[in-house]
Amino acid sequence: MERTFIEEDWMSKPDALVYDNHPETLIDRPLHYCPGCHHGVAHKEIMHVVEELGIQSEVIGVAPVGCSVFAYHYMNVDMQEAAHGRACAVATGIKRVRPDKTVFTYQGDGDLAAIGTAETLHAVNRGENILIIFINNAIYGMTGGQMAPTTLEGMQTSTTPYGRNIKDIGYPLKMTDLVAHLPGAYYVTRQSVHTPNAVRKFKKALKKAFEYLKDERGTCFVEIVSNCPSGWKMTPVESVSYIEEKMLPEFPVGDLKTPEK
Amino acid sequence: MARKATVLIDKELCKGCELCVIACPLEGLVLSDDLNLKGYRIVRLDTDKCTGCVNCALVCPDSAISVFREPKAAKPEAT
Amino acid sequence: MSEGNGKDVRLMKGNEAFAEAAIRAGMDAYFGYPITPQSEALEYLTREIPKRQGVVVQAESEVAAINMIYGAAGAGARVMTSSSSPGVSLMQEGISYIASAELPCLLVNINRGGPGLGTIQPSQGDYFQSTRGGGHGDYRTPVLAPATVQEMVDFVFEGFRIAEEYRTPTLILADGALGQMMERVELPPEGSLPHEIPSWATTGKTPDRESNVITSLFIEPEKMEKVNEKLQEKYRSMEKEITFEAENVEDADIVVVAYGLSSRISQKAMHMAREKGIRVGSFRPKTLYPFPYEALGKLAETAKSFLVVEMNAGQMVEDVKLAVNGKRPVGFKGRMGGMIPDPDEILAAIENIDN
Repeated sequence: MERTFIEEDWMSKPDALVYDNHPETLIDRPLHYCPGCHHGVAHKEIMHVVEELGIQSEVIGVAPVGCSVFAYHYMNVDMQEAAHGRACAVATGIKRVRPDKTVFTYQGDGDLAAIGTAETLHAVNRGENILIIFINNAIYGMTGGQMAPTTLEGMQTSTTPYGRNIKDIGYPLKMTDLVAHLPGAYYVTRQSVHTPNAVRKFKKALKKAFEYLKDERGTCFVEIVSNCPSGWKMTPVESVSYIEEKMLPEFPVGDLKTPEK
Repeated sequence: MARKATVLIDKELCKGCELCVIACPLEGLVLSDDLNLKGYRIVRLDTDKCTGCVNCALVCPDSAISVFREPKAAKPEAT
Repeated sequence: MSEGNGKDVRLMKGNEAFAEAAIRAGMDAYFGYPITPQSEALEYLTREIPKRQGVVVQAESEVAAINMIYGAAGAGARVMTSSSSPGVSLMQEGISYIASAELPCLLVNINRGGPGLGTIQPSQGDYFQSTRGGGHGDYRTPVLAPATVQEMVDFVFEGFRIAEEYRTPTLILADGALGQMMERVELPPEGSLPHEIPSWATTGKTPDRESNVITSLFIEPEKMEKVNEKLQEKYRSMEKEITFEAENVEDADIVVVAYGLSSRISQKAMHMAREKGIRVGSFRPKTLYPFPYEALGKLAETAKSFLVVEMNAGQMVEDVKLAVNGKRPVGFKGRMGGMIPDPDEILAAIENIDN
């Protein structure tokens, strides 16, 4: 590997590596995502959390249909690929027959909030002891930037070329808010990963979610407000501003339901 | 000048998205003119003052950055 | 109830009998959704499983149920679902994924009359859907066609065995009458079909192995073609599972071919025709896929003609024609939309050929 730095003596010391880009739980291979895509950040930090909690052998993940269809190419845990929208049903099947395992789904907004609305709401309503990780970037990335259920009002996509007109096509669907109302939900939070501090908060929330699962008191649900530079027709840096200025006012971060509340 | 921390950027994983560039509090990362095998311009560290805050690594979508910090147990050298 | 010879014999409804058989076959989990005329299976299992062993979940739809099956099968469990025609249509997406990911599971279709919402009366209108794959892509599922409540029990054991041996979704195709009728059944003992968690299952990655991934996504066409070739090879290897029942075919001029409920009625018509001096035999495939082409083809050397009886517009008749391959005429008698043919009308069709 070509290195872009000069080696220091102390670097070989055991504690010198303070951020390992490929922990055991993350497979070392180039990601197929576009430059600047938050899927990469989410994958990496989810696997960091799995590593830090030492639960690699307990975890079974469910990958969705969408850009992150190949999540199992990167996440070094047992995984199953679900049909579009069906991840929560697949996770239910796994969890019911392997109740001692930690089961999570990783789903985009089209998958979870459009075609998989029923599976998602009913899994939460049954209080399935699974973790649902919801990547909301307000667009269908894989198929070429079409409108998603979470697309913002006025936002241009390849199927809303004049901007999303709510009179015609309805409002951005706030699945996380819906889910938080269900008694089967145990911990519901919305986070983002667009700044270093946001990533830190997301990791903290995700760690809590994994730990809450052990209580077996219901579904944990973590939304990640994310970007799609290619679909949004922006540079990655511009997409960070867009999240700050447009996405977060519509999808504010924070806990929507905690076991204490 | 000996450094207290530094980053290692995997050139072939970097896609030059610059999310690390805007995350660095020291503005110490820059997009270079070097290309990797995929043709992406890659980011390099352009400071000796890296504190190892890991901001860049946290926001890197391609797991291209690992961060090293001189362990506290070691006697710090004057800078 | 026992007949005093140690055998567990009961009078049971078809839907309850196959549900009970599944528990005895060591089913780990059942995921289902109510639909007439098979709801008794879900009712029976939600009543029995909490008292015994296993998992039962009433899903929010057949779409969810089949995907729960997919997940649980991926985790290495022995799983079953059942439904009736409109519900089975909804499951086709999941069945295609399960076939491609090569997971074992057992599906029961208590066929009712269609198309559309149709009727709740018995039908064999899902023959094509069952034997041609049913969902998208090049796959098949083994199809077992019981004609008695006893066979509904026996085929649950056989179905799990085939599903696991070939790592494939396996279908029992019955109909509303078989689901609802009560007959004497002898139930096999529990624990007679051992099951271990397979090494490929998602059970949590341990340091001694790579991560297990269950998927039906093979994006490179070169790889996808290889997957298809492997599936086709598997389907060819299933030919040794072909079973059928032939009666009076040795001297038969006319062979009546039917499966499931219509075969019972056809056999009655055969006996009526024999009494009238018409040499009629009956041929009943028990496996609809793989289909007994060879055995039927051999019969074309001795029989003069064939009559296919189905409760549909003529679906298995195409397979019979393929088997007979133009050597003999193949007639068809069918009723549709939930109507059951009576022996007299089948006899009339036989007499029509005989003349």
